[in-house]
Amino acid sequence: MKQSYFARRLVMFFVVVILAATLNFIIPRLAPGDPIGAVLEELRARGASTGGDAEDEIVAAYRARFGLDQPVHVQYFRFLFNTLRFDLGHSISYYPQKVEAALLRSLPWTVGLLAISTVMSFAAGSFFGAMMAWPRAPGFMQRFVPMFMVLSAVPYYLLGLILVYIFAFVMRLLPLGGAYSSGTIPQLDLDFLLDVIRHGILPALSIVLTSVGFWALGMRGVMVTVLGEDYLTLAEAKGLPDRRIFFGYAMRNALLPQVTSLAIALGTVASGSVLVEVVFNYPGIGWLLYNALRSSDYYMVQGVTFFLILTVAVSVLIVDMIYPLLDPRIER
Amino acid sequence: MSQDIALQVNNLRVSYVTGDQEVKAVDDVTFSLYPGERLGIVGESGSGKTTLALALMKLHKPPAYIRGGEAILDGGDILALDREAMRQTRWSKLSLIPQGSMNSLNPVVKIKHQMADAIEAHERGWTRGRIAKHIGELLGRVGLPDSVAEMYPHELSGGMKQRVCIALAIILEPSVIIADEPTSALDVVVQRVVMQTLNDVQEQLNAAMIIIGHDMGLMAQSADRLAVMYAGKMVEVSPIGSFFSDPQHPYSQLLISSLPSAEEKRELTAIPGSQPSLLELPPGCAFHPRCPLAVERCRQEIPLLRDFSGARRAACHLVEEQGA
Repeated sequence: MKQSYFARRLVMFFVVVILAATLNFIIPRLAPGDPIGAVLEELRARGASTGGDAEDEIVAAYRARFGLDQPVHVQYFRFLFNTLRFDLGHSISYYPQKVEAALLRSLPWTVGLLAISTVMSFAAGSFFGAMMAWPRAPGFMQRFVPMFMVLSAVPYYLLGLILVYIFAFVMRLLPLGGAYSSGTIPQLDLDFLLDVIRHGILPALSIVLTSVGFWALGMRGVMVTVLGEDYLTLAEAKGLPDRRIFFGYAMRNALLPQVTSLAIALGTVASGSVLVEVVFNYPGIGWLLYNALRSSDYYMVQGVTFFLILTVAVSVLIVDMIYPLLDPRIER
Repeated sequence: MSQDIALQVNNLRVSYVTGDQEVKAVDDVTFSLYPGERLGIVGESGSGKTTLALALMKLHKPPAYIRGGEAILDGGDILALDREAMRQTRWSKLSLIPQGSMNSLNPVVKIKHQMADAIEAHERGWTRGRIAKHIGELLGRVGLPDSVAEMYPHELSGGMKQRVCIALAIILEPSVIIADEPTSALDVVVQRVVMQTLNDVQEQLNAAMIIIGHDMGLMAQSADRLAVMYAGKMVEVSPIGSFFSDPQHPYSQLLISSLPSAEEKRELTAIPGSQPSLLELPPGCAFHPRCPLAVERCRQEIPLLRDFSGARRAACHLVEEQGA
């Protein structure tokens, strides 16, 4: 039973990855414009001379260099093969930089910012939500409900802009953007770490504040249902202490649907990071994608989207793997 | 029956409060429970049986409120206890076999942990080994293999879950067990076996047991005495034998004549009408609109539960007049 469950999850994972790679191949090719043209356009804008025949030759040479002169199916299989080797090709606008190198450089920033703020938001939101439904919780807990509702309706990039305006622009307490002060060299020491944390507060806050309400309200809803279950009455009849009933019986069961939501939310969080990173000039995956899109950098866009899908697939796989530990009924 | 009493309930009143209206779900209920005795409580849905059971453990939730009365257990009134004292009393002196045994076990926790936490909550200072041994023993007593301890509730059948609940109820050897419709979710064959198990463990423990239900056949087999509730009041309490051979209250008489009998062949009769809404109780005896014997006095004066010959009690003007 157990083996087949994990085996099926793994197979699903690979199917998702291959499908994602395929879609990833198709979608940029449906978009108008072509990458070589975009580069030439840029050159022209800078006043570079354009000779008729010479230009055609340049275009042909570049098309051959990037494999764009091949039939579509050849391009596809070559792409699939390379993708599975995690060879995502060269960036067009920053040639000859490799896409995966750019990705790996941006990754720690995005993971650090998003993973930490999502986990914080999930933990705090679930706990607050559970307390809001708990009849013996302090009364002021109820006052959080409207606040969370309002916050969860605000888009995080908007809240990000407001936070930047108040705390960075007007009060000058925190930096305007970036992941670390310009001029410092990234290295692992305390000063640099503190600098990174100072830069991370506002982007993280805008994500946490706008998503904590989602977790809290979701948890409150499930918790109310769980509190009406017969096993809670029996737990109380057994004379268990409140703390044990709250954590071991009520929250333990109410968390199950929350974990499912977490797997789904991780997807939107990863792709939604684009806007936060743009607002805060944060050098993560989102910033990379934003720039790649503006310069029609096919390979970079493909690389980043594929990577985002991979992130979602991996997080769903992880949740799938730990779910049977949380809910023994799921192991079928 | 003048020996010591396991649980003495006096004038217990429980109300549901909705807006400015108050519904008396349990109205002035008084009864005694003797050690080793099985007291059956029967009544229609909404007659206050389960509210009574929950109130005795102080597990009632708003909008239900205890409006008065006392429940003396071990020389003290448990209804007057504060939260922490009540928590300690629960399960160690007074345990519950719940109505919905199907959903009464935490679905994500192994049986052994759900049993162990009842012991740990009452700080008996037992070692892990002793707890594990005790759990194995209890499972054996209710006819389950040791391996059940390692299982999750979804791996058990309905009958097995109910047996786990029975084992759980006696884990701290309480002096009173309240079984709230312990077999209502089971089929008749399993019902009989589970009821037998429940009676066996109760006898071994010499605990007093309240069995709540509406299955008169099951009551006839298990209970020593039977109490009948109607519209929040106890209308008759009699030893089981004389209850079936010579019911006192007209409601009890009608209940029995609505049951099929193996010995005599007769037409089964239904009780006319239905239980009145607790919001609009008729004046006088709540049963008088449905009572074939009702007289003028029944429409004006609420009858009290009085003692009659043979340890029997009934709340009816007619019984009172005949007996006097």
